[in-house]
Amino acid sequence: MPNLLTIIIFFPLLGGLLISLIPRRNESIIRLTAVLFNVMTLGVVGVLCTLFDRTSSAVQFLESVPWIPDIGINYIVGVDGISLGLVFLTALLGLLAALATTSITKSVKEYFILYQILMTGMLGTFLALDLVLFYIFWETVLIPMFFLIGIWGGQRREYAAWKFFFYTLAGSFVMLLAIIAIYFLVTPHTFNMLEITSLAPHLNNNFQCVLFLMFFLSFAVKIPVFPFHTWLPDAHVEAPTPVSVILAGVLLKMGAYGLLRICVPYFPYALDYFAFSLGVLGAVNLIYGACAAFVQTDFKKMIAYSSVSHMGFVLLGVAAMNSTGLNGSLLEMFNHGIITGGMFLLVGVLYDRAHTREMTAFGGLSSTMPRYAFFLTIMALASFGLPGLSGFVGEFLSIAGIYFTFPWLAALSSIGLIMVVALFLTIIRKVLWGRPQSAVHWPDMGFDEMILLCPLVLITLGVGFYPEIILQFQRQAINLLVRMS
Amino acid sequence: MVKYVYLIPIFPFLAFWLNILLGKQLGRLSAWIAIGASLLSTILTFGIFFGMVTANVHNYTCSLGSWISINGQTLSLGILVDNLTLMMLSVVTVVGTLIQIYSVGYMSTDIRFTRYFAYISLFMASMLALVLVDDLLMLYIFWEGVGLCSCLLIAFWHEKPAAAAAGVKAFITTRIGDTGLLIGILILLASGHSLRFTDLGAVQGSEVLMTVAALLIFLGAMGKSAQFPLHVWLPDAMEGPTAISALIHAATMVAAGVYLVARSYVFFIDHPLALHTIAVIGAISAVMAASIACTANDIKRILAYSTISQLGLMMLALGVGGYVAGTFHLMTHAFFKALLFLGAGSVIHAVHTQDIHQMGGLLHRMKVTGITFIIGALALAGVGPLSGFWSKDEIFIALWQSGHPVLFAVAVLTSFLTAFYMARVIFVAFLGISRRQQQIHESPLVMTIPLIILAFFAVFLGFLGAPWCINGAFQHFISPAMHEVIHMNWGMVILSSILSLTAITLAYLIFVKGFRLPSSGEQYFVCFYKLIENKYYIDEIHEKIFIKPFHQLCSLFKKFDCMYIDGVIHAVATVTAVMASYIRRWQTGRIENYLFYQICGIFILLMVISGKLCRIF
Repeated sequence: MPNLLTIIIFFPLLGGLLISLIPRRNESIIRLTAVLFNVMTLGVVGVLCTLFDRTSSAVQFLESVPWIPDIGINYIVGVDGISLGLVFLTALLGLLAALATTSITKSVKEYFILYQILMTGMLGTFLALDLVLFYIFWETVLIPMFFLIGIWGGQRREYAAWKFFFYTLAGSFVMLLAIIAIYFLVTPHTFNMLEITSLAPHLNNNFQCVLFLMFFLSFAVKIPVFPFHTWLPDAHVEAPTPVSVILAGVLLKMGAYGLLRICVPYFPYALDYFAFSLGVLGAVNLIYGACAAFVQTDFKKMIAYSSVSHMGFVLLGVAAMNSTGLNGSLLEMFNHGIITGGMFLLVGVLYDRAHTREMTAFGGLSSTMPRYAFFLTIMALASFGLPGLSGFVGEFLSIAGIYFTFPWLAALSSIGLIMVVALFLTIIRKVLWGRPQSAVHWPDMGFDEMILLCPLVLITLGVGFYPEIILQFQRQAINLLVRMS
Repeated sequence: MVKYVYLIPIFPFLAFWLNILLGKQLGRLSAWIAIGASLLSTILTFGIFFGMVTANVHNYTCSLGSWISINGQTLSLGILVDNLTLMMLSVVTVVGTLIQIYSVGYMSTDIRFTRYFAYISLFMASMLALVLVDDLLMLYIFWEGVGLCSCLLIAFWHEKPAAAAAGVKAFITTRIGDTGLLIGILILLASGHSLRFTDLGAVQGSEVLMTVAALLIFLGAMGKSAQFPLHVWLPDAMEGPTAISALIHAATMVAAGVYLVARSYVFFIDHPLALHTIAVIGAISAVMAASIACTANDIKRILAYSTISQLGLMMLALGVGGYVAGTFHLMTHAFFKALLFLGAGSVIHAVHTQDIHQMGGLLHRMKVTGITFIIGALALAGVGPLSGFWSKDEIFIALWQSGHPVLFAVAVLTSFLTAFYMARVIFVAFLGISRRQQQIHESPLVMTIPLIILAFFAVFLGFLGAPWCINGAFQHFISPAMHEVIHMNWGMVILSSILSLTAITLAYLIFVKGFRLPSSGEQYFVCFYKLIENKYYIDEIHEKIFIKPFHQLCSLFKKFDCMYIDGVIHAVATVTAVMASYIRRWQTGRIENYLFYQICGIFILLMVISGKLCRIF
């Protein structure tokens, strides 16, 4: 099927356009349209997954159209093993987040228009293969996200939105400079990411290091890497539930995806040079995130900081520079999206009932809300990497990868493994165990809430039992990446 | 038949999902689903057992498919059935089934009845799978699985803050060990070795690195088997239902550490330093826990410390090369310790207290429980010819032959203390006068029948390994390569008999006759007693050097985030805003101001250019 990727990228935008034509009083029709478009996007992504050739490491479904030929900017999109999983993740979480919008009652129309633009931006970022196009999609994500947090967020929404915006923008500008620099440095001058893949590694070592750092800075803000992470807890806490799901599930992956797509293949010398520092940052993220999460009193903030911790595994996997680590890194991105997305949905479920996120307000939910307890337990266990659930596989591969390269870093990170357990068990203990703190009896999860979590739980179990269902898609692309770096 | 071996853990696993998803609809039926599943596993286990024994097959391996590939190695889910596996399978299925039947009575009034049986099924599935798998990584996966079930079941009555805290503590403490195990596995993987147990004997490589790997694998075993200094979780784990203490924290899961060492024995044998460490840690745990058990008053905690001590003895035996002795004691201990816990559960069910000083005279009120408990206690104390006697003798012989006099002395001291504290429990709680006025009833049949069956095993199981009876069947079974004839070591028999009888007599003198040390001696003793009563302050030391610093570190990081990182960000923002507020004032919107700036600019430019021109000419 031709133009499959273009359909995937711009289909949500089409939905946004259509929503803008619906009168604002027809709220239910607006919601339905948004959901339908996301269902169809997921459907097309499903088709993409079945048509995808797993045995090939090449970029597939390549589309290339000249866009601004005078300066060599083309519209190039393509998918390979690195982006496929993330595209699927985006489409899936996009649908779930579109469904989980019962808490959005203000300006529904604008919300969904922005949301659809956001979807296009995210899908475009993962599929673009031209640096300028990549940058444009990258920035496209920023604007709707700024409004989604700033308008539909919690009490400190404006502070959080501005903080998120400036942090990310500062990073993006450096990336823009790096993109322009790389254009002039490679001969022939090009923005084509596939061509740069073969050209950039021949750059001299100093250029490689500088460019690597410039790209890394931009990605580091997005991932986020310590010490650029403080936008994350604020943004996550203030954002409404569906936006938090997207933020944690997809947006953080954009940074890590950038690392795999740009930093690793383009600058092999710099990667080798900085690998140890990258690993140290990974270990710091892992431990720092877990510790900072441990003492938070806000449930959502705990989960937000735990994301910082989990992204540490992603960094460790990249720093390992071997196929085990990179596979683990990519798998951890996917798993984290599924698990933390689920976690934020669960926090939202509780917030809808309690209208607070303070940990002290909860307790004893396993007896009053058994279904909720079931889902939260599985997600928490997957988060700390209980074998048999998906989190373990990514973490294990990352740690194994880093062990093969830097054994002492693996030993250091293993402290983080214990802390993450302490963190999530404490969450279970405070939220689910003990005596109920609230005099009000909250109703258990309804069908509409469970249907959102079921696919996430099934994927968590499926990947945990048989990781090959995800690994088979990414293996060839990762092997190619290892050969290049 | 052996090719259906993979079904053994599948039955309880299905029972788990059935119970967890349909719990409400099933009601009390859930217990019988769990029991049915584990009965099926038991039947299958014994079918395979007799099939393999009669066919004289000692080894069966198969692969159920690949799981993941790392470092060019494909790790697959494989099954290894040998005689050690068969022994463990039999112990787990038999004890597990009996304890589940007992639980029907014990948990009958609990509101989360179905949840209990769901968790216990999940435990059975993980434990059986742990025993069956053929490589270290797969073992690790199920190892964590049993740890989770243990945590969930300890915290089963999570309304009690102590139970919730104990559950979390258990998981985190064992996780410390597990992380060691994981790194150990990575060391083996990174050096390109196969993780299969059958290939571990052929591991080559740097002696230091491989010794470290062995020690780290043992760290995992230490966590699970509650060996010093990672033992602190086990006494706290007694907050869980007593049947769980019997199943998980006495008979099966805690023995998994011993099983792991036995399973990778070929690897440890090659690294003497690791083996010595095992022996030393085992010895410390054995004597430390036994001494604490002498001063504890909570019947379950006495048994818990006793478990640590007995597991220490098994480790000690394995550490000096007593493979047969360690595994033999593992098997007999599983039965009589499960019996003791279930007996204690039956007592607690009736008298609603765990303090032995508030019991007394229970034997007359609860005949079955009392008699079976005494049988279990005598077996643990090592009184002949009960099962504990034979396995303890094996350990003594192994230690004697290894030629480590200190370790031998530790084992002797431990079994002396064991006999002493068990006698103390019997004399204080079961004999003597009743200290309670209330009516005490014997537990229902569903609880007493498992007790009787376990008591049967506690009495007769030892004969499998008794030299004069069927010629040491156990020894030849567990280590098929051994062909020598086992002889009775009469010296050991006499030594251990004297030992246990002396200890029991001493306990009788102190707790029944009220014999006291002369006051001068007692004073001398008080300090030491206090040290033991406070469990050597190990919990406090852990609190000081691990838990508190961790909390402080967490708070520090939180502060660092708020004050320093955000501080810098806010400072940048403020500086920008302040600067902007000044620069903004220049933008007055009046044309004359702009003209003025323009003229100033032109003037400056002219100055610069003329200055340059002057320099040129």
